[in-house]
Amino acid sequence: MSTPPTLTINVEFGGGLELLFANQRKYQLSIPVLIPPDTTATPPSGSAPPPILSKPADITFLIRYLKENHLKERPELFVEGETVRPGILVLVNDTDWELEGEGDYALKEGDEIVFISTLHGG
Amino acid sequence: MDKGDKLPLEDYKRYGRQMILEGFGLSGQLKLQKASVVVVGAGGLGCPALQYLAAAGVGRLGIIDHDVVETSNLQRQILHNEQTVGMHKTESAAQAVRKINSRIKVDVITEPLSSLNATRVLQDYDIILDCTDNTPTRYLLSDTAVALGKPLVSGAAQRFHGQLCVYNLGPDGLCLRCLFPRPPTQTGTCEETGILGAVTGVIGNLQALEAIKIITGLHEKEPSMLIFSALGSPPFRSIKLGSKKPTCPACGKEGKKIGEIHEFDYVQFCGGPAPDWETQGLTDSEPGFRISVKELHNRLEGGDRLNVIDVRPRTEFGICQLPGSINVPLGELTANPSTYLPEDDKIETFIVCRLGNDSQIAAETLRSLDKDSPGTNKRTIKDVIGGLRAWSKDVDENFPVY
Ligand SMILES: [Zn+2]
Repeated sequence: MSTPPTLTINVEFGGGLELLFANQRKYQLSIPVLIPPDTTATPPSGSAPPPILSKPADITFLIRYLKENHLKERPELFVEGETVRPGILVLVNDTDWELEGEGDYALKEGDEIVFISTLHGG
Repeated sequence: MDKGDKLPLEDYKRYGRQMILEGFGLSGQLKLQKASVVVVGAGGLGCPALQYLAAAGVGRLGIIDHDVVETSNLQRQILHNEQTVGMHKTESAAQAVRKINSRIKVDVITEPLSSLNATRVLQDYDIILDCTDNTPTRYLLSDTAVALGKPLVSGAAQRFHGQLCVYNLGPDGLCLRCLFPRPPTQTGTCEETGILGAVTGVIGNLQALEAIKIITGLHEKEPSMLIFSALGSPPFRSIKLGSKKPTCPACGKEGKKIGEIHEFDYVQFCGGPAPDWETQGLTDSEPGFRISVKELHNRLEGGDRLNVIDVRPRTEFGICQLPGSINVPLGELTANPSTYLPEDDKIETFIVCRLGNDSQIAAETLRSLDKDSPGTNKRTIKDVIGGLRAWSKDVDENFPVY
């Protein structure tokens, strides 16, 4: 079996979020082109296994991927449910992700995704 | 501009170096002279902003703050000085601003801004600068700016980072609630957030610059946010933002859903009042689990072998520490607590931090681990009431307070 195709993206953390990721601001990641099937979900007993949906990797997947692979402490400061916690700005190539479809944005080779915590100090 | 509009003669010399700029001119200076800007917060951001607005000749400046100048402010709040420690920040800043430019009008507003007075206090000004340090006031300012139809130049800074955004600028300009409909969750820790003065300086200067651009008509009004990180390369990043959100509860075209500003509880909206960590760290809620600094002092003098763990971050431990204490930052201790229980269950463990909050979490983590370990005698694990702040106060006045 060949290894599934991957795409390379750059992820950066700012505004203090890097402290949750081993104080490392920049990551270059190889992530699967297609979202791997969720192995944690149990299929209803007696029914056939669900078909494997080949959905392209999106930012919602990236958030989960970062949480599972790189987040070092206090996950509640990064994620809330399937998305980022309130007060975190997500940028897709320097544009607010809201203009790009938010979590549904399908990642492309070479994309730069930035997570920035809003500051309130003065 | 009226044909007869002129500046006082000495102003041509004073402001000449900015008036000769392309796109600025005499009309730019006249606009500044007629303009009014209110700066909310005369701290790390407000000081540099006020300084440049005054020097540029903005005709009227409002300064809102209700704090007094403290020694720990001087590292970044550059309008205050050793002589004005103890004075209201508004008075101290006004004094400095008048020294820079005696001919501008300065309004001193020494009262806390609240949902009850915000509209009245802010309505007289053309532009509002958010130089505050807390989330409830930031939402209050955004809603009030929307209600009054005024641009809000918002700055923020923490650690090595800064952010700048102009809200409610022009008919399509988004507001804080468009971008962040829900306020950030409060994070509970008594670890103080650091800030470098030059970082607040960068953002405060940029706030003054944005205000000057808006007043003189040089602002291109593209919705964007500027992100600054002193250690980043490059240090600046500009983010493209969208315009007003139709569904925004404050500025959306579907109408205002937040109700009247004076009836809105901003503190509750942002998760309730921020805890007073110093007071909280002194509370001895569960007797028997905590030790006073005087008692700890006696125990240390007594010569017993003790396990004293300081759970502050490494950098803070490097600034000052109790003799014989070892440093295990809270995150490391809670991630791997078994490493830090002494093998010999007769050795007592005392945990200390800056104010006495994180130490309670650490002690509880070790106690519950000890409780679950079978067979052995239960260990004594206590944490220090009031932390090192209390140590400085009650045991050793030469121990640094930071
Ligand atoms: Zn809005």
